[in-house]
Amino acid sequence: MAQAGISQQASVQKDDSMLRQKNMLSDYYRRVASAHEEGKKIVYTYVPGNLAELFLSFDLVPVYPEINSLQSGMRKKSARYIQAAEKIGHSEDVCSYVKSDIGMMLEGNIGPTGERIPEPDLLFLSYTGCFTFLKWFENLAQHYRAQMILLQTPYQGDGKITENMKRYMVRQLREEIIPQLESFSGKKFDEDRLREMLARSARAEEDLVAVLQSARHRPSPIDAYFGAVYYIAPIFTAFRGTQECVDYYASLRAEVEERVALGLGPVTPEGPLSQERYRLVIEGTQCWTHFREFWKMFYDEGAVAVASSYSKVGGLYDTGFRHDPNDPLGTLAQYCMGCYTNLNLPTRVELLEQYIREYQADGFLVNSIKSCNSFSAGQLLMLRELEKRTGKPGGFIESDLVDPRYFSAANIKTRLESYLQMIDQKRSGKVQ
Amino acid sequence: MSTSSNRSRTLEEVVQYCESLYEDTKLQCVQRWKAAEAGRRAIGFMPVYVPRELIYAAGVLPVGLMGGSDRVEIIKGDAYYQSYICHIPRSTIEMALSHYLDDLDGLLCPSICDVIRNLSGMWKLLFPDRLCRYLDFPQNFTPEVGGAYYRRELEELLADLERLSGRKVSEGELNRCIELYNHNRELVEQLYDLRAKQPWLVPTIESYLLLRAGNLLPVEEHNELLENYLREVPGSHRRQMDNIRVFLIGSFCEQPPLGLIRTLEKAGCYIVDDDFVLTSRWLTRPVEPGPDPLGRLCKAYLETSTFHSSKYEGPQPKPKLLLEQIARRRADGVVFCAPSFCDPALLDQPMYMRALDEAGIAHTSFKYAENTGQFQNIREQVGTFSDSIKLWGAPSPVRT
Amino acid sequence: MAYSLGIDLGSTTSKAVILDEDEKIVGRGLTNTRSNYEVATALAQEEAVINARFHFLDRELEKSDLNGAAREDLFQRLENNFRLEQHLYRVDRLQETCLEAVEKAGADALREPARRALDAIFDECRREAIESFSLQRVDRSRFFRDIVGSHYMALAENLSGEALPYDFLMSIYDRSILKEENRSIGLAFDEALKAARRRTSEGLPHHRALLETVTDAILDRPLHLSSCVGTGYGRQRLPFPKEHIRSEILCHGLGAHYFFPATRTVLDIGGQDTKAIQIDERGVVTSFQMNDRCAAGCGRYLGYIADELNIGLHELGPLAMKSKRSVRITSTCTVFAGAELRDRLSLGDSREDILAGLHRAITLRAMSLLARSGGIENEFTFTGGVAKNAAAVKALRQLVQENYGERKLNIHPDSIYTGAVGAALYARRAQSSKLEP
Repeated sequence: MAQAGISQQASVQKDDSMLRQKNMLSDYYRRVASAHEEGKKIVYTYVPGNLAELFLSFDLVPVYPEINSLQSGMRKKSARYIQAAEKIGHSEDVCSYVKSDIGMMLEGNIGPTGERIPEPDLLFLSYTGCFTFLKWFENLAQHYRAQMILLQTPYQGDGKITENMKRYMVRQLREEIIPQLESFSGKKFDEDRLREMLARSARAEEDLVAVLQSARHRPSPIDAYFGAVYYIAPIFTAFRGTQECVDYYASLRAEVEERVALGLGPVTPEGPLSQERYRLVIEGTQCWTHFREFWKMFYDEGAVAVASSYSKVGGLYDTGFRHDPNDPLGTLAQYCMGCYTNLNLPTRVELLEQYIREYQADGFLVNSIKSCNSFSAGQLLMLRELEKRTGKPGGFIESDLVDPRYFSAANIKTRLESYLQMIDQKRSGKVQ
Repeated sequence: MSTSSNRSRTLEEVVQYCESLYEDTKLQCVQRWKAAEAGRRAIGFMPVYVPRELIYAAGVLPVGLMGGSDRVEIIKGDAYYQSYICHIPRSTIEMALSHYLDDLDGLLCPSICDVIRNLSGMWKLLFPDRLCRYLDFPQNFTPEVGGAYYRRELEELLADLERLSGRKVSEGELNRCIELYNHNRELVEQLYDLRAKQPWLVPTIESYLLLRAGNLLPVEEHNELLENYLREVPGSHRRQMDNIRVFLIGSFCEQPPLGLIRTLEKAGCYIVDDDFVLTSRWLTRPVEPGPDPLGRLCKAYLETSTFHSSKYEGPQPKPKLLLEQIARRRADGVVFCAPSFCDPALLDQPMYMRALDEAGIAHTSFKYAENTGQFQNIREQVGTFSDSIKLWGAPSPVRT
Repeated sequence: MAYSLGIDLGSTTSKAVILDEDEKIVGRGLTNTRSNYEVATALAQEEAVINARFHFLDRELEKSDLNGAAREDLFQRLENNFRLEQHLYRVDRLQETCLEAVEKAGADALREPARRALDAIFDECRREAIESFSLQRVDRSRFFRDIVGSHYMALAENLSGEALPYDFLMSIYDRSILKEENRSIGLAFDEALKAARRRTSEGLPHHRALLETVTDAILDRPLHLSSCVGTGYGRQRLPFPKEHIRSEILCHGLGAHYFFPATRTVLDIGGQDTKAIQIDERGVVTSFQMNDRCAAGCGRYLGYIADELNIGLHELGPLAMKSKRSVRITSTCTVFAGAELRDRLSLGDSREDILAGLHRAITLRAMSLLARSGGIENEFTFTGGVAKNAAAVKALRQLVQENYGERKLNIHPDSIYTGAVGAALYARRAQSSKLEP
């Protein structure tokens, strides 16, 4: 009876969008590896507050250390990298993304495709929703002795974006960052080119939102937490604003709409899920070292994520924001300030509450990540608050981004199973 | 014990008074201060820095919150925090839910780290009727950019404070408060200079408790207390010990227990500089006198803030600034003394360590929690550190 | 009659419970969990079945005209003799295993002296068993390994010498006991009962006829287990299909509800983890919290402390109860437990006072899990190994009082079976719902 939800006859077929994404990523890593030979400059930057369009408009090649770390986690290399970083004085207590990245750097900076990731020509510190970003690049700056530019994204402490916050960001961009990028790249700022890209971003965002909101259907055609990792990858990284990105999301949307029409559930690593038994909203980031194993614990039980906060870390689009080509700098500012981890706790609670209702969830689950205080500090209160507001049962699981020492399969399985069985009993009203 | 006193205290009395304030976790002295005059308000603030001049000018007492030390047993607070999060927010929540902080009319959370940032949101959810502001300080130090933003943020803060106290702040009043705090900074600097010069005269525990007193007292009274101490201490006939001189770094938010500070000195270290209670030392120069006091407060922040873990280093790398400060204080070594799970402090350490190694300056590190109960390991570790410096001096540069 | 079985495969002990159709407990079994989970499951189940069949035997005895005390005495003798038969059977089997191990060891010179020594050792084991099993009450909490091991070790020391090294004898034992432990009891119930009947009648010839009657009533009538559910730390490795597995948290909730229907909050502190569970009026879990990776606040922490003080785990509570003034301990970090303890001792605090402080400290951790899960609104039940520790119970009572006011605190003498009872109830209910149209 194990894997009850997976239909056995379905062979694991790669959808068109998956192949497309695979090619996009391998092309990208090739571009990164050969950037310096081709006279291009490498900019390290972050996913939240990612200014991909701006970098691309200057023909710079962005590299995302967070992505490198998560790839190291998935490839089971992070444990060694973390050890290397701890050897040079990093504490066991701090963020494992940082340590995995620094360890990878110390061991030759070999990326997921086996090619060497070049050193940064510029560290672009888009400081959005996470203090650790600041410390991370200060550490990298000492190692690489590279130039660093900071863009501060003010936090939505009062749950709103004020005029002052927006003005501050636009002034940083216009008066400091763009001139610095001009002198760094040797290129004049091309506002029209940026506008074109932003228009393309908006088109892809429209399709992404349609994909994420398809989970309102029963059964949901997507998994909005585990599966969403693939859906958000291009738009959260170096592709936003490109035609490739627009095409990818158009084809993804078509596939998902077809699944809806056929009444199909999400695709898992072991094939399509045939029986949706639990609809969950998931808060928290991912555990990359055990991504597959963790996901399996869910789909084996027929548990599907219908919405998640993780799929909003690189941009929150389902509440209406789209990049606006008519206000290029203002829209970039707005985008940065709207990323999920830049929202205050009351706003996060409201958003999740809305998801639980709109997506008709049976409950919500927190995957509390040891590394990530930006996400995790306060999650226990959020859980309590959401239980109170929605009456739906909340679950709580703890793991880590890329430090395998913090993954206890037995502990997680006990919590998850108990949680799902609790939902069963609540739903059926019977003790069995 | 009165909250204000004109008579001079003996050295012992000053220290005892400071100790009683340290133990006042229920903020009874704040209650007395508020009761003394109708309409008085008080607001709590988390480390590391808030513009106290502005708060006090609005008739609101700024009260520095530095956790529950080892005096508050944590039950409710732990219910809100996972085990991998530092201790200060859980004791803060514990105290708030146990009504220790009822005399505070609000809370300010400066931008120090994600945990303190999120504490502001938790406060909003738990106490929706009490003022709570997150203060996102500028990391851009250009006057027209970061400065303009900061000024507007301070104006918003001021408006909140004025609503709280029902009192409009005049330029004159703000200038008066700036002067009071300038004087406070000057006295604190005198204290630190004296300790650096003659560390046997000013045990760290005393300078620490004096600074902590400033978290609770109105600035006028704190100034008196500092003056009193500085007057009394030179005649104290304290004996010089064969201790090494260390620079302590990392304890800017969650505070080490008093036992830990005592342990360090007993283990053979004179602490000649530290980052305890940084609020009173954040601005390294007096705020300039003159018109537009708000503008001058902003300018002081942009130009005279100390280097710090939660502040972007800009073009001046922090390790370089640390080395300068070490040289100024003639420190023999550095003690990294950070709370467990303190991201900003712990992520700075490897950078500092590398710079210290290159400069041939000895260092040692350990972690604590505000309620750590035993210091045996630390005593041994620091004792060995001190002995090795006494015997062999600074290590030769090893790494390149 | 259809019976339901619940098995709770814990990290240190495995428990089995059998319920009848009226959801009454008729059998309980307990064994130490070993590396082989299947054997642990089988043994716990076997024990529970034996227990259940003796339960029926007792009912048969009730029909006789023996008065209460005499009946109890007779029952006890019969059961003790039954255990003795099983024990002797296992001693014989262990001896054979040891002999085989001696053969395999290949040390020719040692073979004869070893055989002689083993004869002496196991004769002594048998003699001692016959003596001790004839006592009124046999301590059932001691497992086979402990009983035989202590005799073996003592005698091996006496019998060893230059011709027969002690280490050799011990290595034979270690290898053999491992094999023995991973076997089921082996002796069939009916066979053992018949032998026990014989042995009992020899001592009490006037009861021969009664013994025949009551034992005949249960001989040749194996218990029919019609449903089973497994739970516990090792539940994934139970040889059951998936739909027969329930989470230990759900089972704990339902089990606590079984013992104390008015309970709304359950705290379980076991060796590996601590759980705070909220249940409704039907025993359904409404929320729960578990400890994280950190072992602070679990039974294991007390284990470290006991090791550090070089005393038994069960001695901690009584020592702490002697405290006059509890020392304030703030850190419950398992890693620092030893250091903190030594530090306190060197400061002159008494062992009793430090232990009282440590018990309070681990209880504090449990209090925060309780607060996280929703607090204590109503009647409250404490289960798990730590619930047997008087000092922990005292600290818990005090902290509950301080934080929630007067609350009724339940601890059931059978609390170790809470999870297994819950599992058996799930088994029972799944079956009855199948039978309903």
